Amino acid sequence: MAEFTLRLRRYDPESGDAPYWEEHTVDLEPHRSVLEGILQAKDRFDGSIGIRCSCRAAICGSCGVRINGQPDLACHTHLGRAEKRSKDGVIEVEPMGNMPVIKDLIVDMEAVHWKKIRRVTPWLIAKQPVPEREYIVPRESMVDVTQSMACIQCGACVSDCLSMEVDPEFIGPAALAKAYRFVGDPRDDQHFERLKDLAEDPHGIYDCTHCFQCISACPKGVAPMNQIMRLRRRAGNDFKIEDRNNGERHEHAFASLIKQYGLLAEAEILPRSYGGDTPLAKFKPSAAAELASSLPSIAKALLRRKVTPAAVLKPHRLARQDLGQIKRIYDEVEGREERAEFNIYISGKDEDR
Amino acid sequence: MRVAYWPGCVSRGFTPELHGSMARIAPLLDIELVALERASCCGAGVIAEHNPELADTLNARTFALAQGAEGTALMMNICSTCQGAQSECQERLDASAEYRARINETLADEGLTYEKGLTNKNFLWLLVEELGLDLLRERVRRPLTDLRVGPFYGCYIVRPDDRLGIDDEHPRETYLAQVIEALGGTVTDYAGSHKCCGFPIITMNKDASLKQAGRHLGDAVDAGADCLVTPCPLCHLNLDLQQPLAERVVGRDLGMPVLHLPQLVGLALGLPPDQLGMQRHVVKPTSVIDWTASVVGEVDATAARG
Repeated sequence: MAEFTLRLRRYDPESGDAPYWEEHTVDLEPHRSVLEGILQAKDRFDGSIGIRCSCRAAICGSCGVRINGQPDLACHTHLGRAEKRSKDGVIEVEPMGNMPVIKDLIVDMEAVHWKKIRRVTPWLIAKQPVPEREYIVPRESMVDVTQSMACIQCGACVSDCLSMEVDPEFIGPAALAKAYRFVGDPRDDQHFERLKDLAEDPHGIYDCTHCFQCISACPKGVAPMNQIMRLRRRAGNDFKIEDRNNGERHEHAFASLIKQYGLLAEAEILPRSYGGDTPLAKFKPSAAAELASSLPSIAKALLRRKVTPAAVLKPHRLARQDLGQIKRIYDEVEGREERAEFNIYISGKDEDR
Repeated sequence: MRVAYWPGCVSRGFTPELHGSMARIAPLLDIELVALERASCCGAGVIAEHNPELADTLNARTFALAQGAEGTALMMNICSTCQGAQSECQERLDASAEYRARINETLADEGLTYEKGLTNKNFLWLLVEELGLDLLRERVRRPLTDLRVGPFYGCYIVRPDDRLGIDDEHPRETYLAQVIEALGGTVTDYAGSHKCCGFPIITMNKDASLKQAGRHLGDAVDAGADCLVTPCPLCHLNLDLQQPLAERVVGRDLGMPVLHLPQLVGLALGLPPDQLGMQRHVVKPTSVIDWTASVVGEVDATAARG
């Protein structure tokens, strides 16, 4: 047996008192879970500690909390490891973020997480006519959605989504991963409609900042951000959906600028994201309006010679021979009949075989 | 130490002071930079979003060029985003011999091959793991005494930890703080140090993007920081270049100078601020300049001893 001290964040909104920290020392082996530690504290010292749990085996998704500031399942985190990663030898446990607290470590999943899951129509809209017996689908297409199917709805990714922190309306990582589960399913009839809806929503697929927080948070390897990127590929490349959020335009302008210059021509990316993939984009009303609204920044950058007119008019580029190589690589890879997606989650690594 | 040096795009475009300051400090740290002039943009995650195989092939080309750079110990970059985007591609390339062969077939026409196992380190990692903080301390000519510095890492260099080699032996998510201390400065803890600057969605959801930048800058102001330091030029764009707009979105004055990592190191090594391009920032680093001119920060006093 070893002793571990837990610092639990206590809060009862109905009491009218502010949240406070409370420490309890428990006796357990280092390989036992933080959840077991919390349950022992509840059993021995204070029966009023609020924690939601059920399976204790990382499959029901009930005990999502923040441990030492990081979202995880309490039942999926060893006490020994948690202590090692703590700031001061005390394991700090608090409720998940981005959701209101009901009591102590229990958050209101209904108010945020489940509402967002329902937002993406989380069921199969069957292709008609429905076959008399089963659907026959290619094996690969079901393997492709297994990663998004691994989600246990614990809310860890929602808790620490940095986009949702500033934009609570963002549909968010868990719900968008769920959306890919149906967009990637050949039996579903509404791929285009789903993608159009999520691309046009100002808080949809293009609201993700690509910060990897959800990938780190997920205890099941779902990598929600990767599923969001796949939704973008399907929307922009396969269905050519030109959304009002500049998402598709930005992606295509970026890829095309690298093909043209080999390096990023920053002065071109902003106007082209608004006005389309042409050097004339800056003269289009949408791009001109955006450039005008950014004037305070642009003026200072020019004034301080951070950005020079020469750099704007004549962007840096690779030597001719290298540009030729880049163009050839683009033509070869983009010319393939099918876009390859090598996914380590599915294929595994050579050394693990 | 001779390194295959990938400066990236933004460090030579909209933040030229980053590439410039790296070139200034390299000789003072005995780093010989062999620039990869032929390499292309890492894709910053956007090309991978567009077509993962394309991003993997372009970066495999860069890696092959680095492996061919004579006498170099490893590849070094000076951009968190390059580090993360390239590590993501390298993870896929290194995971499967079959996939690697497919990518190398595309590169074969250029006579290039990527061989598994390239070491690609951001300057921050190289500073701590290759040069070592002891050497850095020795080279300091103007300790950052009483300068309160808030670290700002950039998402791509801290997440996900398995891909980026962050573990108990390599606590890379703490390196900025370690470097600030080694340079004699004081680390300011604040909520935003490991969060997202918001830059990737500046053209899609400008309000949310600037709210992120504004919030983190405001947290640093409230925590009493004199300046921030970042190893990521894209973060620098949102935190410095866009700060006047971020101030409007969050409705408060910020005035928080943001330094590139090589600039902060350069100051401590005794270089004058203008040689490090600090006059080029949108937010004037007045608090830092005042400090370098102060008695405590006077370079000659310590240089004479050394």
